[in-house]
Amino acid sequence: METLLPIFVAAVRSGTPILYATLGEILTEKAGVMNLGLEGIMLMGALSGFAASLWGGSPLIGLAAAFAVGACLGLIHAFLSVTLGSNQVVCGLAMTMFGGGASALAGRSYIGMTIPGLDSWSIPVISKLPVIGRIFFSQDIMVYASFALVFLMMFFLHRTRPGMNLRAAGDNPKAADAMGLPVAGIRYLYTVIGAGLVALGGAYMSVVYNKFWAEGMTAGRGWIAVAMVIFAIWNPLQAALGAYLFGGVETFQLRLQAAGARVPAPLLMMLPYLMTILVLLFISAGKGHKVSLSAPAALGIPFYREERE
Amino acid sequence: MRLRAEKRIDSPAWMTFMTTALSVLLALTAGGVFLYLQGVSPFAAYAAILKSAFGSGYDLSETAVKALPLAIVSLAVMLSFTMLVWNIGGEGQALVGALAAAAVVRYFPVGSKPAMLSMMALAAVFAGGFWAGIAGLLKAKWNVNEIITTLMLNYIAMRLLEYFVYGPWRDPSSLGFPMTKPFIAAARLPSLWGTRIHMGIYALFFLTAVMEILLWRTRFGYEIRVMGDNARAARYAGMDCMKKVVGVMFISGAIAGFAGMCEVSGLQGRLQSGFSAQYGYTAIIVAWLSHLRPSLSLIIAFLMGALLVGGEALQIGMGLPMASAQILQGLILFFVLGGEFFQNYRVRIDAG
Amino acid sequence: MAGLKFRDVGDVPLVEMKGITKRFSGVTANRDVSFSVEAGEVHALLGENGAGKSTLMNILYGLYRPDKGQIFVQGKAREFHSPKDAIAAGIGMVHQHFMLVQTHSVWENMILGMKETPFILPRKKIQDRIAEISEQYGMQIDPSAAVWQLSTGEQQRVALLRMLYRNAKVLILDEPTAVLTPQESEKLFGTIRRMTREGHGVVFISHKLKEVMSEAGRVTVLRGGLNAGTVAASKTREEALAEMMVGRKASLGLERKPMARGDSVLEAKEIHVLGDRGIKAVNGVSLCLKRYEIFGVAGVAGNGQRELCEALSGLRPLISGEISVNGARMDRESPRSFIDEGVHYIPSDRKGTGMASGMDIVNNSILKKYWSKPVAKGFFIDWGTSADYAEEIVESFGVSVSSLSTPVRNLSGGNLQKLLMGRELSGTPNAVIVMHPTWGLDVSATHYVRDQILARRESGSAILLISEDLDELMALSDRLAVMFKGEFMDVLDNPGTVPIKEIGIMMAGGHKRPRTAASKADREASR
Repeated sequence: METLLPIFVAAVRSGTPILYATLGEILTEKAGVMNLGLEGIMLMGALSGFAASLWGGSPLIGLAAAFAVGACLGLIHAFLSVTLGSNQVVCGLAMTMFGGGASALAGRSYIGMTIPGLDSWSIPVISKLPVIGRIFFSQDIMVYASFALVFLMMFFLHRTRPGMNLRAAGDNPKAADAMGLPVAGIRYLYTVIGAGLVALGGAYMSVVYNKFWAEGMTAGRGWIAVAMVIFAIWNPLQAALGAYLFGGVETFQLRLQAAGARVPAPLLMMLPYLMTILVLLFISAGKGHKVSLSAPAALGIPFYREERE
Repeated sequence: MRLRAEKRIDSPAWMTFMTTALSVLLALTAGGVFLYLQGVSPFAAYAAILKSAFGSGYDLSETAVKALPLAIVSLAVMLSFTMLVWNIGGEGQALVGALAAAAVVRYFPVGSKPAMLSMMALAAVFAGGFWAGIAGLLKAKWNVNEIITTLMLNYIAMRLLEYFVYGPWRDPSSLGFPMTKPFIAAARLPSLWGTRIHMGIYALFFLTAVMEILLWRTRFGYEIRVMGDNARAARYAGMDCMKKVVGVMFISGAIAGFAGMCEVSGLQGRLQSGFSAQYGYTAIIVAWLSHLRPSLSLIIAFLMGALLVGGEALQIGMGLPMASAQILQGLILFFVLGGEFFQNYRVRIDAG
Repeated sequence: MAGLKFRDVGDVPLVEMKGITKRFSGVTANRDVSFSVEAGEVHALLGENGAGKSTLMNILYGLYRPDKGQIFVQGKAREFHSPKDAIAAGIGMVHQHFMLVQTHSVWENMILGMKETPFILPRKKIQDRIAEISEQYGMQIDPSAAVWQLSTGEQQRVALLRMLYRNAKVLILDEPTAVLTPQESEKLFGTIRRMTREGHGVVFISHKLKEVMSEAGRVTVLRGGLNAGTVAASKTREEALAEMMVGRKASLGLERKPMARGDSVLEAKEIHVLGDRGIKAVNGVSLCLKRYEIFGVAGVAGNGQRELCEALSGLRPLISGEISVNGARMDRESPRSFIDEGVHYIPSDRKGTGMASGMDIVNNSILKKYWSKPVAKGFFIDWGTSADYAEEIVESFGVSVSSLSTPVRNLSGGNLQKLLMGRELSGTPNAVIVMHPTWGLDVSATHYVRDQILARRESGSAILLISEDLDELMALSDRLAVMFKGEFMDVLDNPGTVPIKEIGIMMAGGHKRPRTAASKADREASR
């Protein structure tokens, strides 16, 4: 146990960026919009978080800036997919390319710099709990915030009025509209907030986890988050499970590399991606029925009121 | 006053062309603003791109060199997009294609050029087809999202390539650079006209014609077009969508794999890390901009090739990261997507 | 809260619409229409399909915005930007397809869109209030059930209660009886009477003259988007209303010639089929389709009819049972073999299933021909032959189009159905399975479609006709089955002689003949 414990601790940290991105995408998809540009948004979040921490002198400023930048990118996606009804798959690809390129260009002068970043802070008393204390409560505030977010989102989606409206917009926009809900407004709002959360995930990587910026540093985590949304069957709690599973595999392979394992590094680095495919296969093959029932019925379909069939 | 969108009954071809052209222009403008904000003169940057891509006969040939893999991979993804199956894995399929071709050169070298090249092509086609076929099979059998699987397979292919060029296949005399030994002469596609353009270009023209016929003249093409338009109607007409998914993904991957082989055999003459400058992703833009018409993709691929050449010029001449060309690609796609709205809808301003 | 009290405003109607005009991409749906509703009245809005009834009411409900015209609520001019405004003004609408969120619970649907609901949903309080209102209007409902688990009639009740929950004074009901059994309709009328007694104004959209005559106070007839007149129901007759509706003397004019039954073509024995949600949808149905005969299936939508059609055309696998075509077992065969055996299915979902609507008329015409000669030439498709074939369908079935390269999605409902019927009925199919063939069609298209079905019967096809329109079924069917919860309640050999009331009772699951007798009847029929 003692040897495994540090792996678990690191798994939570390494899963946190994925968790933020997955939660953000769940919010967006529940409202009926599919945003596949997570990779690009995370990169922009990572860069802006790093740059703002550097200039603002505080990691919190960095995180806030990342959220704001993500929200702006979300606004672009919302305009194209909600107002103009564009193909959301292609739009997401465009976002991935744009985010990747723009972060590389704007981040060229930050390469090689480091920031103090966000330190960990153990929660008094409960961090002393055996095992659990170390794994979950001796982390940093962004990790704690992600725990809170998971439960808040569960509560928000199923117990509150705006949460119900959100689900209605994603499941039956026509009905939501007929009951006087501003479907487009709802979809805009949660695409924007969702993208903000996605960007926070990216910023976690540069501000908290690595404390530096590197081109393409998310290395596919945005896409993995898209997969985790399906794995989680759009349930925030299960999203946490998926994210930490990824974090576990990631940590495991990093430790193996560091320990000088016989297996060559590139093969170890495949593991998280392989795991993503396997996890997706597991959920699609095993609970395919549940996946199709839980998927927001109008996901990815634009809605216009005055369109007659 | 309020804005209202009305559906157009039909949109003529010239309007499609105009909106696309205008969208690209607007995208370049937006890109210029972005460059300016980054302290880069947009005029200088665009001038550099234009000059490096079209400045001389040699530059044009270099643009064609870049356009070649783009065009082939865009044919590959076009086939799957027509069916609304999102093969985003052209990149990975090209990589494993190249990997397989290099493996053949390493383990089964033969002296005869036609024999060597056909063996390489065969290996590349099967490797690429297999790589995409995995995603196709998972989708057909268990409805696993193909966007994610093809993407994950891209990353896996990249690591696989790294494993070989850093590890067992590394040329001991490469001074530590991650690359294999140069291929034997028989394994090289001949260059043409004294440029770096190689024989792969004939294959491209041939493939384009085949795809054009396949999509628009054959039962197979008809089926995948119906499936792309309405999968329910396809099922209703007794088409086996699931079987077709696997087939289409295999062919798609095979074509991409072939592109990978052309790249290593025609251009680089060896396998090295990072040989494909994200062709797989750029090819997606090419496919989309050409409205899934194979013959049109030749032209679009050439223009995108120009952007890639320009990207390199920016990197060398102005010290900008190679990825900055991606900004323009992303923006072009954004604006073209937005422009499609105005092809399908007429916006009216109502008083009151 | 017992009994709604409205402000007494003398003679001013609850709602008044003046000079409403509305266009959709070139089609004028309403032209200068005026309409009003008084407290305590049932005002019927009558017209054939496509006359603009739903559009007019969607405008009153704030879903569409009129191009011209004004809306007054209790004498005050109002402008509705969205249903929110209309609901706030006391106007509620129950759409034909209810507009309920299927995955939400009843109580969630009930409060959907209500601003005054607290941030954290007070489930208990809401459920109590629902119980109170359903008591007041005599409509029972389980507030915690998920909507997709409810029957059509129950869903309609939810949609209606939802409007009462928001204190709607004016209730618009869009073709409410189209989805109900005769008994359920009766119950609904009771509820409507109760509502008018409480002082509500009710708009009742319909194209069924009988209902309108018996339930409405005033009747407004729409024809081609124009107001063809408003009359008191007590001062007019059915024939007069019918004439106002169609602008000429209406005649059903369907002639079903007596014909001897032919050989059996398609036979199903005790088939069991699952629905989309994995719940059994068809539960041991047996039937036998014969040449020169129309076999009708009555029933409220959602009782397994679609699944039955899909099973009989090879699209949906059986859990158990047998299907044979022309004597050969087919229940493990592909949909393609059913088509090759001449079994043609005309689905009710024309755009969503029957057509690839982004593709043009030629492409759609060959959907079931492209693999066989002469359209197919080996691996290739002969587009010349295909175009000729499309031309033939368009001409012989009177599809009016400007060009064969028009995408099918731009065709009107009637033209789309004609193209679909043309494709499926060309040649003489062995068996035709038709589902809701006249849904949403105007009178002339309806007439045409029914004629074509009868013509196929005369030329020797075996026809399975599934419909919700009992009049249609009675007029066309040689035999009639009534379907309820995936089973045939009965198979009537002479549907014309059975009173509609009895069929209605069976549609609601009422007294079924013992199975032995039913299967005996079927055996006799197949002899």
